[in-house]
Amino acid sequence: MNRRDFVKLIGATGLSLAGEAAVVAQVANLADMTKGKGPSDKPSRAVAKSVIQLWMGGGPCHIDTWDPKPNAGQAYRGPYAKAIATNVDGIQISPMLPKMAKQIDKCALLRGMTHGSNAHEIGTYMMQTGTTPSADLVYPSVGAVVAFKRSTSGQYRGALPPYIAVTQPLGRFSEAGFLGSAYKMFATGGKPNSPEFSIGGLNVANQSARIQQRRDLVAAFDGLARSLGDDPQLKQVDEYQQKAYELILGDAKEAFELNKESDKMRDRYGRTTFGQSCLLARRLVEKGVPFVTVNWPGWDTHARHFERMAKMLPELDQGFSALLEDLAQRGLLSTTIVTWFGEFGRTPKIATQPPWNGGRHHYGKAFSAVVAGGGFQGGKVVGETDPRGEKVIKRRIYPWDLSASMYQLLGIDPAGRLPHPHGCVAYVTPPASGNSQPSEGMLKEIM
Amino acid sequence: MRTTFLPLALLTVFAVVAARGVGAETKAAPKSDHAVATAEATRPKVVGVVVAPKESTLAKDESGQLTVTAEYSNGSRKNVTDLARVASLDRSVVAVEKAGAFRAVGFGQAYLVATFERRSGVLRVVVPRPLPDGFPKAEAHNAIDRLVLEKLEELGIPPSELCSDQEFVRRVFLDAIGTLPTPNEVRGFLDDPDPEKRSKLIDRLLDRSEFADFWALKWGDLLRIKAEFPSNLWPNAVQAYYDWVRQSIADNKPYDRFARELLVSSGCNFRDPPANFYRATKKRDPQGFAESAALVFMGARIGCASCHAHPTESWTLDDNLGMAAVFSQIKFKSTKEWKEEIVYLDPTQVLRDPKTKQPIAPKPLGDKPFSLSSGSDPRAKFAQWLTSTRNPWFAKNLVNRIWFWLLGRGIVHEPDDLRLTNPPSNPKLLAYLERELIEHKYDAKHIYRLILNSATYQRSSTPNALNRDDVVFFSHDRPRRLTAEELSDAIGQVTQVWDQFASQIPEPYSRWPSGFRATQMADGSVGTPFLELFGRPPRDTSYESDRDDRSSMRQSLYLITSSELESKVAQSPRFRQWAKSKASDDAIVEEIFLLAFARRPTDAERTAALRHLAANPKSRERSLQDLMWAAINTKEFLFNH
Repeated sequence: MNRRDFVKLIGATGLSLAGEAAVVAQVANLADMTKGKGPSDKPSRAVAKSVIQLWMGGGPCHIDTWDPKPNAGQAYRGPYAKAIATNVDGIQISPMLPKMAKQIDKCALLRGMTHGSNAHEIGTYMMQTGTTPSADLVYPSVGAVVAFKRSTSGQYRGALPPYIAVTQPLGRFSEAGFLGSAYKMFATGGKPNSPEFSIGGLNVANQSARIQQRRDLVAAFDGLARSLGDDPQLKQVDEYQQKAYELILGDAKEAFELNKESDKMRDRYGRTTFGQSCLLARRLVEKGVPFVTVNWPGWDTHARHFERMAKMLPELDQGFSALLEDLAQRGLLSTTIVTWFGEFGRTPKIATQPPWNGGRHHYGKAFSAVVAGGGFQGGKVVGETDPRGEKVIKRRIYPWDLSASMYQLLGIDPAGRLPHPHGCVAYVTPPASGNSQPSEGMLKEIM
Repeated sequence: MRTTFLPLALLTVFAVVAARGVGAETKAAPKSDHAVATAEATRPKVVGVVVAPKESTLAKDESGQLTVTAEYSNGSRKNVTDLARVASLDRSVVAVEKAGAFRAVGFGQAYLVATFERRSGVLRVVVPRPLPDGFPKAEAHNAIDRLVLEKLEELGIPPSELCSDQEFVRRVFLDAIGTLPTPNEVRGFLDDPDPEKRSKLIDRLLDRSEFADFWALKWGDLLRIKAEFPSNLWPNAVQAYYDWVRQSIADNKPYDRFARELLVSSGCNFRDPPANFYRATKKRDPQGFAESAALVFMGARIGCASCHAHPTESWTLDDNLGMAAVFSQIKFKSTKEWKEEIVYLDPTQVLRDPKTKQPIAPKPLGDKPFSLSSGSDPRAKFAQWLTSTRNPWFAKNLVNRIWFWLLGRGIVHEPDDLRLTNPPSNPKLLAYLERELIEHKYDAKHIYRLILNSATYQRSSTPNALNRDDVVFFSHDRPRRLTAEELSDAIGQVTQVWDQFASQIPEPYSRWPSGFRATQMADGSVGTPFLELFGRPPRDTSYESDRDDRSSMRQSLYLITSSELESKVAQSPRFRQWAKSKASDDAIVEEIFLLAFARRPTDAERTAALRHLAANPKSRERSLQDLMWAAINTKEFLFNH
């Protein structure tokens, strides 16, 4: 949203009394902070324990996936002339997603997504943090906030890092924001679809003897440990090292051992990077990891869009449907939120001229997201776009509406506090806490 | 221009609401708001708050009492002790009880800040620790030490001993030029009998080209020098700007001139490098420029006052706007040349009050509005005001930052948060350094030299029983993790395998040669995952806290398991050569210690290393790699101490 929209919004509401009450509340909160009272946030009842975020980096097209427009003409729908029925009456999706059509009873399709930005950085920032960029403060991503809340509250004490990306970090923005590097995502690296998949690239299986020798040498060499052993900063490092060793030598690393799964299971997810990443995400959630991002870049299809979709959509269909089915069979879906989205959608009208040759460009005005599990109701559609998929005509859903809903289900108060780097006040979801942003509220209709 | 300031209409409401202050009826019914606002206009305003006494010394568990007096715009005074909010800035030393009563709960020093209607006064409370044997005699090299020791004696905190030569040589290299000393430099220093060798080494380091590299990196952080989002300077302008900054440091350009040249800059981003000062701002509007200038050159966080009045300072939106008006004439235009941009002044541009629409006069923080002749550049007036020898912010801000950069903690902490209600831990020390900078015509190197030569800087990081808990008064050195860039370079220096840098955007695609150090990098957009992992600042903002020197589990995991570090160790030319050479194990072990720790091994360390080599005679290179890997994984390597 640019300043002009913001102004319009303020003009429209005329700074309502509610707005001013929020201002008063904010000032009162400031006073509390300076009095030395810590931020107060009582965790509400948590329905969801974990999140698996399927991140479609680059921006996937809504029309070719969850919001088909078969009647919009070829200039919009491209080769996908017919939408297909799903296992929920009245909901149709792209013909490229037949396996997902059997899982729609588990999903809510959010067809009203909008934020208006067509820039990768800003779109990513808004979708990942649930805030708009500000001059002075870089917000943490939802994953970092969940990692922070789950770690500091003691709800998660596992050996695995609380916020894991399979396989690469997102880039383009600072994931941990002002929470600092401790809550940044841990990226596994590696190739989950290769037989020798291992974390961090080092296969430690046959090396534990050498690792032990090296640890002994570290202990023998560390003069600072001898002279300053009880310095809190150094003790902190010891603790992190201990955790790191637990991860690579202990039971926790089993989560990464995909070859413990049957061939049948691995085939069901698809022998692709995305498919095996989804399988790994499920294994991590089974171990209690609160937030896993499966990062699939490559959706930035300005040129030859439909050739790319012909390859990518079946991979998506296979992996995503397997994940939902598998989570449900294991009884994990009720406590795991699965999300699917990118930083924005793609232009409904196809760019046919060279050099695009059938491409779609960035489109932040209207796009789709999918949520499933963890307390979100399945078999629902929220929001609606016009017949060409160009604008939202019913129930606009902003990034902060979605993130606030996720927080709520995770038992994290969306109006709770985060530690502001300069001692000011920072909210988990700033717009949900009285800051004026366009919003149509949390996704109550599916919670 | 107009659209830029419309949102302020909302923000003004913040200020008005906040101006009602503490004790105001935040639950007031909305209907009565207008009445409150009218009464507000006629009521005498609080213009100051006086706290008495100013200083208080208590024994532990003893109580004290302060009084808070409000001074009003009509000249009247009123005792508001019961109404003021009193906060202790260190509650482990002094706890505030009811109505201005306070109690000493621990040894040390704490400031009490009393705030009433957004005006504040400060009381300093000292709770000395009784030393049965008296305060020990401690080494002092210069005036810094006398002022630090005076404070330590007042509080009963005995300082640590001076550090050893081996501790000193590693520490001063890292702090002054950001690199580890080479084994030859270490040997040369340790074996030099000259009693003046520490100060001679300091002089040599301050003259090295790496000094300019390392401090240009620091100023690159402050000035957000970055090709891409959110600074968006673009690569050629980054290079021009960085070269200008680095050359200014290499020339030891007086700091007042450096600041003036940046503040009054105009022109082309490629040919007039300082003009990029105004381009490297995410918020390209007068408020954005003012907030950035105030933070960088004054250590003042007026950004706070752009959305609500500061909770304890008297700064309001009006102060923010008065500063913003200084920068109201700045405009940008592009040319036909690719990515060229001209910064210029448009004298017809005036900043208007969002409510009254009246022009706002340029007004520096906490001072009177400027009187300006028509057509003059308000930035020049501001630069003159800022760099005047009587300015309360400018010199203080820089010396406090340099102190923070060298010792890891500001005399005022956070180092970029100077304000009445965040007082210095040692006011005399700060005042002394400020005076030294001004008297030496803003020669920043003089301040570096003074600090590095002080016994205070040269104290050991090993604490004694009575100063172990001190983090504020500089009784001992406090270990700090190497910064991301220092660590990247240190691993490069030890292994001779360096991180490779390449640009992300094709303007043009650039690769830097192997051996190029992370501390030499101009562009904040060019980096490696390693630098990000170890907390290099993203240069999103100018706050010192953008740099993250904390440790994390991910860092430990990297150091223990990453294939990147493993391959640096495995491919190290240095170790391949040693494995093949006839050099004795003993000599190699000594070299490893000099490289990584700037010291020779102890007997026990030597024995452990030699035993490891002897146990694996068939794989000498592999065993040597283990030694190097182990050295890199010690806290002694990871920390500057």
